[in-house]
Order: sequence, then C-alpha cells, then structure tokens
Amino acid sequence: MAAVQWRSRGRNYEAELQRCRPEVALVEFGDYHPLKPIMVTDTKTRHGARKGSTSSSSSSSSSVPPDPLSSMLDGTDPLSMFAAASASETPAISRSASAGDLGRKRKEKEEEAVGADFEPWSSKRGEILARFTTTEKLSINLFMGSDRGKAPSPGSSAVSEKVRTRLEELDDLEEGSQRELLNLSQQDYANRIEELNQSLKEAWASDQKVKALKIVIQCSKLLSDTSVIQFYPSKFVLITDILDTFGQLVYDRIWSMCSDPRPLPDSFTVDDVNDTAKETCLNWFFKIASIRELLPRLYVEAAILKCNRFLNKSGIQETLPRLTAMIKGIGDPLVAAYTRAYLCRVGVEVAPHLKDSLNQNFFDLLGTFRQIGGESVRKQLALQRVEAPEYLTLYSPAISWILQCIAYRAPEPLLTEMMERCKKLGNNALLLNSVMRAFRPEFVADRATDFIGMIKDCDEAGFPKHLLFGSLGRSLACADPPESERLTILNEAWKVITKVRSPRDYVNCAEIWVEFTCRHFTKREVNTILADIIKHMTPDRAFEDAYSQLQSVIRKILTYFHDFSVLFSMERFLPFLDMFQKDSVRVEVCRSIMEIFIKHQLDLTRDPVILNAMLHICKTMHDSVNALTLEDERRSLALLIIGFIRMVSFGRDFEQQLSFCVEARATFCNLEPVLVQLIHTVNQLAMETRRVMRGSHSRKTAAFVRACAAYSFITIPSLSSIFSRLSLYLLSGQVALANQCLSQADAFLKAAVSILPEVPRSISVEGKLRSSESFLLDFTNNFLAMLLVVPDHPEHGVLYLVRGLLNMVQDYTWEDNSDAKVRVYVSALPLLAAMGQETYVYSVPKVDSNETLYGGDPKFLSEINKLCETLIGQILDHLKVLGRDEGTRRQGALAFSLFGVLLAHGDLRNNKLSQLAVNLWNLSHKHGHCEPRVSVRTLEFVKHQAQQPDMSHLSDTVQRLTLQSRT
Amino acid sequence: MEGVVNLQLSSKSVGVFEAFYNSVKPIQLISSNIEVAKAGKIPGGKTEIPFEFPLHTKGNKVLYETYHGVFVNIQYSLRCDMRRSLLAKDLSRNCEFIVHCQPQKAKVAPTPVNFTITPDTLENTRERSLLPKFLIRGHLDATHCVISQPLTGEVVLENSDVPIKSIELQLVRVETCGCAEGYARDATEIQNIQIAEGDVCHGLSIPIYMVFPRLFTCPTLETTNFKVEFEVNVVIVLHDDHLITENFPLKLCRV
Repeated sequence: MAAVQWRSRGRNYEAELQRCRPEVALVEFGDYHPLKPIMVTDTKTRHGARKGSTSSSSSSSSSVPPDPLSSMLDGTDPLSMFAAASASETPAISRSASAGDLGRKRKEKEEEAVGADFEPWSSKRGEILARFTTTEKLSINLFMGSDRGKAPSPGSSAVSEKVRTRLEELDDLEEGSQRELLNLSQQDYANRIEELNQSLKEAWASDQKVKALKIVIQCSKLLSDTSVIQFYPSKFVLITDILDTFGQLVYDRIWSMCSDPRPLPDSFTVDDVNDTAKETCLNWFFKIASIRELLPRLYVEAAILKCNRFLNKSGIQETLPRLTAMIKGIGDPLVAAYTRAYLCRVGVEVAPHLKDSLNQNFFDLLGTFRQIGGESVRKQLALQRVEAPEYLTLYSPAISWILQCIAYRAPEPLLTEMMERCKKLGNNALLLNSVMRAFRPEFVADRATDFIGMIKDCDEAGFPKHLLFGSLGRSLACADPPESERLTILNEAWKVITKVRSPRDYVNCAEIWVEFTCRHFTKREVNTILADIIKHMTPDRAFEDAYSQLQSVIRKILTYFHDFSVLFSMERFLPFLDMFQKDSVRVEVCRSIMEIFIKHQLDLTRDPVILNAMLHICKTMHDSVNALTLEDERRSLALLIIGFIRMVSFGRDFEQQLSFCVEARATFCNLEPVLVQLIHTVNQLAMETRRVMRGSHSRKTAAFVRACAAYSFITIPSLSSIFSRLSLYLLSGQVALANQCLSQADAFLKAAVSILPEVPRSISVEGKLRSSESFLLDFTNNFLAMLLVVPDHPEHGVLYLVRGLLNMVQDYTWEDNSDAKVRVYVSALPLLAAMGQETYVYSVPKVDSNETLYGGDPKFLSEINKLCETLIGQILDHLKVLGRDEGTRRQGALAFSLFGVLLAHGDLRNNKLSQLAVNLWNLSHKHGHCEPRVSVRTLEFVKHQAQQPDMSHLSDTVQRLTLQSRT
Repeated sequence: MEGVVNLQLSSKSVGVFEAFYNSVKPIQLISSNIEVAKAGKIPGGKTEIPFEFPLHTKGNKVLYETYHGVFVNIQYSLRCDMRRSLLAKDLSRNCEFIVHCQPQKAKVAPTPVNFTITPDTLENTRERSLLPKFLIRGHLDATHCVISQPLTGEVVLENSDVPIKSIELQLVRVETCGCAEGYARDATEIQNIQIAEGDVCHGLSIPIYMVFPRLFTCPTLETTNFKVEFEVNVVIVLHDDHLITENFPLKLCRV
C-alpha cells in the first residue's frame, strides 16, 4: 500500500474548550437545586423519663426553606427516628443504667425471662473444662442393664442388701454389660462421656427408651464418685451435658405427642395437652421416682423438670423446693454444692421467676458449710493428697453460679442480706470470692473498702488471698468505686498483690488490677505497676509462662492510653515490651500497639520519643518477616508500618523528613509496600517543597528535590513488582519534571522504557494468573500522555523517548493473536498530532517543552509526520492481516478506532487522508460488527463539527460516510 | 373378660412340696363372654369392631384393684378369640386392663407419727454394748396414706459417732394367704429409695419422700381368703455396715 501522507489538524485548544463549555445559567437563590443542603429538622422525641440517653443530638437549624424531601416526611426524617429509638433502647441493654425510673415499665417483662445480660451456662462451661484438669487416671464404672432400684425385685427382704447387690452384679457380668474402664486419661474420659451421649441419642432414636434412661442414670451415678477430686467440676460439666440432652429429648417427645393436629404454642397450658401425652409424661415421673439411688434420682428429675408443664400448672413450683430439700440428703458437700448448681441452672432456665428456691438453695448451702472442714472431707483430702486451698477452689464454679442466679436482677436489700449472712460465717473466703464474682460490679464497687476489710480478716489458710483480690479487681474494672476511696483501694490491694510469691498467681492478679489503675490513675501509677510486674516476672524468666497475661496488660493499657507521647514517656513501657521474647508473641503485641496507634493518633507527629519507640516496634514487626511468612501476614504488617510512616511529619523540616525516609528504607527493606509508600512520601515531599517555594526553587531547594529524585531513583529498582516499578518511574519522572529536574526526569523515563521488555506476559492478580496486556496498555497510554511535555534531550535525536518507546513496543513479545501492539500505535497518533501543534494542550510551568524548543520547526514537523505515516502503515498492514484471518470483528473495531483518531487529529482537508477515513469507515462497517448506535452518534458528531468554522470540508466527507442497515 | 386373684404359698412358710401341691385355687372375681362379631367374612384392611362389657361380678364377689405382688396377684384381662375355618388356626390375643376402685369419699386426716431412734430403742440386737452412739429423730406426716400421694416426712440425724453411709426407705408388702393349714404371711420388698447418701450434715432435716409405685401397690386389702398390707422401713446404714431399721405399718387408701 502506498504510504499515507499524514497531516495533523491544527488545533486551537482555547477555542475548542470555550465551545465545549455549557452556557452559564444563573440559579436564582431559593430555587430548587439538588446540591442545596438537605435540612434535617431535629425531631428527636424526648421522653421525659428517659434520662441518660447518650445519643448526640443531630440538630441543624438553618433558615433555608424546607426542602421537598423533608417536608414530605412530616418533618421527621427516618434516620433521626432510628436514632431516637435506639437512644431509648440502649439503657435497657446496658447494665449500668440506673434501673430506677428507667425500666419500671419493662420490669414485669424482664422478670419473666432471663435477659441477654445473664451470663449463660454455656460460657462458663468451657472455662470450667479448661480450668479443672488432672493428670491422674480416671475410671468410669457403669453397670449397664443393672436394674437395681428400678424394677421391684421379687427377692426376699431377708437376703441382706449386700448379698443381693453381689448377685445382681453377677447377673450383670453374665450379660456382659458391666463395664469398668480404668486408667483413663482426662481426654479419654471426655471422649467416653461423649460416646455415652451419642449412644443415648441413638438409643432414643431407635426407641429404646429404657436403655436411654439407664444410660442417664448410670452417668449421673458417676457424679457421686469423688475420686480424683480435682477433676470433679469438669466431670460435672461433661455429665450434665448428657442430662441436658436427655431432658430435651423427653420434652421434645412429649411435645410432639400433643402437637398432632397443630404444634403447641410456646405458651401452652395444661389444657392443651392430650391424655396420652400426660400419661407418658406421668410414666416418666413414676419411673424416675423409683430410682433407688438418691443422686441419679435428683439429677434425672431435675433434668426433666421442664416436663412438669405438661402435667399441671404448679408442678415446677412445687418440685423445685422439694428437690432443693432433698439435696440435703447428699453427704459429700462438694457433690451437694454441684447438685444445687445444676438445680439452679435448670430452675433459672425453666422458671426464672421462681427465686425463692434459689435463695433456699444458697441458705442450705451455707447451712452445710461446716461440713467442708469436717472429718470425712479431711480424710478424703489426705487420701487423695489434695491441699485445702485447692479443694476450696473446686467449689467456686458451683457457688458462683448459684450466686449469679440469685444476684441476677436482685434487689439491693437481698444482696445486702446475703452479704450479712456471709459475714456471719466468719468471712469465709470461698464465699466472699463467690459473692464478689456473682454480684453486680456496681454493688461491689460501692463497698470496695468494706470488701478489702473483709478480705484482710479472712483466714489465710483456706483460700489464697490473691484470688480474692483478683475477684475484687474484676468487679472494680467494670464499675467505679467512690472517687475518694480509689487511691486507698489501689494501695491496699497492691500491698497484698506485690507480696504474692508465685509469679503465676501474681501475674494473674496484677493483670486484673491494671485495668482499674488505667481507668482512674495517671501514667505515674501505671508506670509503677509496670515496674512492679517487671520486677516480679523477670527472675527465672517467669514471663515465659505468662505471655497471655502480659499481653492482656498491654491491651488494657492501650485501651486507656491513646496519647502515645504519654504512653512512651512511661519509663517502664518499653522494658515491659522487652519481656515478650517469643517472636510470635512479640509481633502480636507490636501489632496491637500499631493498630491502636493508627486508630487513635490523629495528628501528624515529630515527637522523637514516639518516633523512636514506634520505629523500634515497627522494626520488630518487620524483622519477624521471613521466607515462611504468609502473604496476608506480610500485607497486614506492611499496612501497619505504612500507617505509621504516614503519621510522621517534620513540618517544614524537609531534610529531616527525607533522612527519616532514608532510615526507614534501611529498616523496612523487606516489605515492598512500605518501600512504595516511602517513594510516594518522598515524591510528596518534593512537591511540597515546590509548593512552598511557589514553583521556583532556590539553589538549596533545587538540590533538595534532586536528592528526593535520587532517593526514588535508587529505591525503585529494588521493587520486584514490575508494574509498581513502572508506575513509580512514571510518577517520579513527573515529579522530577515538575521540579525542573530535567535530566532526572529523563533518567526516570528512560529507565521505565528500558524495563518495558521485562514485563511478563501474565501476572498474578489476587492469586490468579491474568494477562498483563491490559495493564501494559494502560501504562503506555499514560506514558504517552506524559511524553508530550518532556523536552527532547539535547544530545539525542528528535523524539528520542517516543521512538524509544515505540521501538520497545515493537520488539516486545506480545501475546499471539493480539492487537495490543497496534492499539499502542493508534494511541501514539494523537500524541504525535498534539506535538505538532503550535501551543501544546498542557505544559509544566517553568519547563520548556518541545513547542518552545523547536518553535514549530518544519523539520521537526516533518519528522513527526514521517513517524505518523510509519505508524499508519503498520496499522493498515495489521488490518489487512486481520481481514485474511477470521478476525473481522477485531478488524472492524480497530478500523473504527483509527477512523476516530483520523477524525479528531488528522487534517481531513487532505484528500488522501479523507479518503483513508472513508475507507476505514467502510471497512469497519463491512461485516456489520459495528454498533449502529455508535455509528449514528459519530455521524451526528461529524455533521456538528462540519458546521464549525474552518471545518466545512468535513461536510464532503459526511456525504461519503454511509450508514449500513443491520442486515 | 376375666378377673382372677391368684394366691400362691411361699415355699418358706410351708415346705417346698406342700407349696407345690397345695397351691390355693385361684379366685375368680369376674368372667363373661360375648360375641363381638357374627360368623362371616371380614373384609380386607383394617376393621374396628366396637364392644363393651358390663362389670358384673360373679356372685357376691367384690372387684379388687389391680395388684401385682409375689404371692397375691389381682389381674384383669381381656381375651379375644377368633375361630376360623378348618384349615386355618384360630387366632387369640390377650390384653391386661387395670381396675381402679371408686375413690372412697371419706377424708383422712393426716396424723403425724414421730419417732426417735437411739441404741436403746433398738430391739433384736446381739451386742448392745458394741453399738456406736447415735440419735436420730424424725416423723412421718401420716401412716394412713393416700395411694396417689407421696409418703412424706423427715429425718434428722442429730448426732452419731460413726458416719452414716446411707438412709433408705424400704417399701414392703405383707401378703397373707389363708389355706387349709391356717395361713401364710410373707413380707417382701417392693422398692427401696435412698434419701441420704454419705455422711450427711448433722442436725439438718432430710426429707422423706416416696411415690407409691403403680401396679405394685393397691389400697390395703383384707378379705377372708387373703390380705395385702404395706409397711415402710426407714433403714439407716452406718459406715461400719450396721443396719438400723424402724418399721411403720401403713394403711393405703384411695381418696
């Protein structure tokens, strides 16, 4: 094909811009306008009784007439309605709300059900299982199939009890159903119990109700066995799970029996229950009533307590006190206490309004307290070699639970009464501990001084005092004691805590009190406490076993101290951090500090204390990165460090900022995103300098911005991601150019061009391999746009960079069968056309672009035109190739885009060009792949253009552009 | 339909052979026969045939409550026979039904029975001197009990030298059968309920609570041929396996 002669169309950018601007219309004040502020009239309903609502009022009064949106809503906008609603809701949820006048209306409702603020058993469950463990061997003794006590045995009463038991056991052996599992580890034991739970469900599902009942009875019998007493609380948890399952199964079964035509409503009464269901239910109770042993009878009856609802209205009400009384028959105080806990648990679940039996349970418990120190208990402990303090702690889950049930929404006088009763028992430490744990923190906090007194009076031997202080601390962490007493409380408490010998006990207790200290005191006190902790935990590297507690100390401090200059000015804070010597934990801690920093440090900072400390912390995080670190982990660490870097600002001391960046680069060299951020920071610094100097640099600042450019220039190559390198080169080049560093800008751009061939054909984006083509196209387009303003290097030829880029594009191994190369050519045409203009469409202040360098030199212009012609030649060749293959669709699209370029940038007065344009138009429409709507609009545009002055030649062209119908 | 009292002599009270030979004739209380369906064909599928019996006793016999014991059994049953043609076997099915007496109108006023057990109150001990010291007090709310209501009361272990192992309630039936050579009286256990386990706290009242099991108990019966009576034993087992029993005869009725 003969070479096409290129002539760029002359452009007058100013005039074109003027033409494009819409006519300015003045808007009358008060007229409707979409951007006018929407007025929200404050209509928050203020209910007189609802005090303490914390929502900030969202009123904004303005004199603007009401806008149509709000006037339609009767002046109440929906958002503020929600706000008003939630404001009235919050006090009900928060415990601390003064319940007095707030909840009177709700009170009746609340008493019926247990609210969300009642800590459920399920949350205690795991805690108990984790806390009460043993390494001793356990045994399960099951007499499956033994009907002792169930069916009336026809044996004569003359045979002694003992002999008969023997005989029965023999029978059982014959059945092969007696199992005694010895030497179980704790885990085995839990597994066995879980197996039993499963076989209970299976038996139930296969309609073997008797077997199911036997399993349950045998399991609850295990609870009377107090060998390996340290494990008893956990055993209780495991076995009561089975009981719960059983209770639920029975209840569901009877429920389904009476929901034959339609399911029973939740609030059914006895009258809704049919006779068969009643009979079945009664049968269960009769069966259970004939269980021989006391403990299984109690537990199983408690488990199906809920079923009383099917029989009569007052069943639960009558059964609870009876069961409570029956517990008195249990000799072992620990077993009894846990039985009470179970009864309370079931009671609270089934009939939360029945508080009396809860109280009765507690009073009975107090009544039997003397047993704990009794002869038989002591014997047992001696036998099992368990110390008294350890034994006492076994009670705490049960007693705490009972007290929690009692204390839940209990009136103040009741709590006071409870406390008095405890006092009467000689300030029993165990009780005191449970009282502090179970009662409302506010209640405890108000009497903190009393409690401290009582703790002091406690018998040291029984129950370790640090546990008592721990419980007190926990209450004080949630509720505030009277202001005047706070310091005394802290002093008194710490006096005891600091004397705790065992580092483990010490740190457990200290961790709790840190919260109280942080809440009410200044950094001085916190610092003292940190020092004390360090002193206790350093000997023998005790901190190694206490990382979780130490971490929690840090967390608590961070919750209350958001001012990092205060935080780091605590002398003991960094030494405290040094105690975290295990890498993973240390990084974890650093991370949490960083998170708080990013969240709460709002102002830029140059405080050397903060910077040093934070650099230290960030370095710790950075140094934890190694080859095995996960990608996500790297990313999140990098984000945190970036967050820190962004907060650093030395104000107008730019040089120091730069040297900070240098230091940071050295420190964080392993995290690419951080390096990228540093380059951005430095670029920003350069632009900031430019802004301060109002565009004209002095010698000093010019040197500085060159230093910035140098920084970027040597940092970028260390990045591994090719596209971040490319875009940073481009960006830094732009910055350099804006700061009149011509040779630096040139170097950046040259570097960018030179690494172009390295771009891989596919890159991984979010873990998936994707073609890099679109990214590369984006980049080259961006790059081309930049090239317009870059002046040619005096030592190199005309359009040195453009040629360089185009050469690289040509040599690049594009994907097979791709138009990308040609598309770059198409988009290079507008650049070349723009370069030929007398005045460029944009320029960099104080930088002479090619327009001034060449001043419209015809040689330069012809150079441009030659280049254009080569490009068009290449494009047309490619179009031809496409026509040969099955690429007509692509051919059409490409031809159309070239047509667009010609139309916009080519001088169509030139016949050849105009002919080419018409040909391209036809080519793009030849195979009907063109979107007709786009064609129509293009035509309209051309017609519109033709009406402009000195564009009249276009009207000829329009004549020759024909629209093809879809067919 | 048939109602029978079966009496059997215990091998203990008379000899083994006598027990075998002398077994008392069953007493038939009620017996009647009706034809529920005439001879003919029953169509395939499920067929329900309604029927009813009047409960007319035989002669001047009384309908006693259903009771399952060891030597005395009062049982009512329904049997349905279906006679079939020559070649097929006859079908038969048995089913027990339960008879409860009309409640007696009379109201029983509960009269509590107090008891105190010390080593001195015990009978039937071999070596009184070896007994440990103890004092147990308590009461039953009534010995004249309503069969549908539980037996209630309380026990207090005031003091004891030896720890307690267990406190149990033993429900015992006393069945008496009359026969040619006089009568045989046997006491057997129905059920044993533990009310305290282990060394219970001294001075604390432990509830006595026992539900009378169905079928195995009935209102106390006294007829010319046989008697069914009930007793409860409060059994205290000490740690050294001493067994202390306090016996209370009960009178059960239905109100």
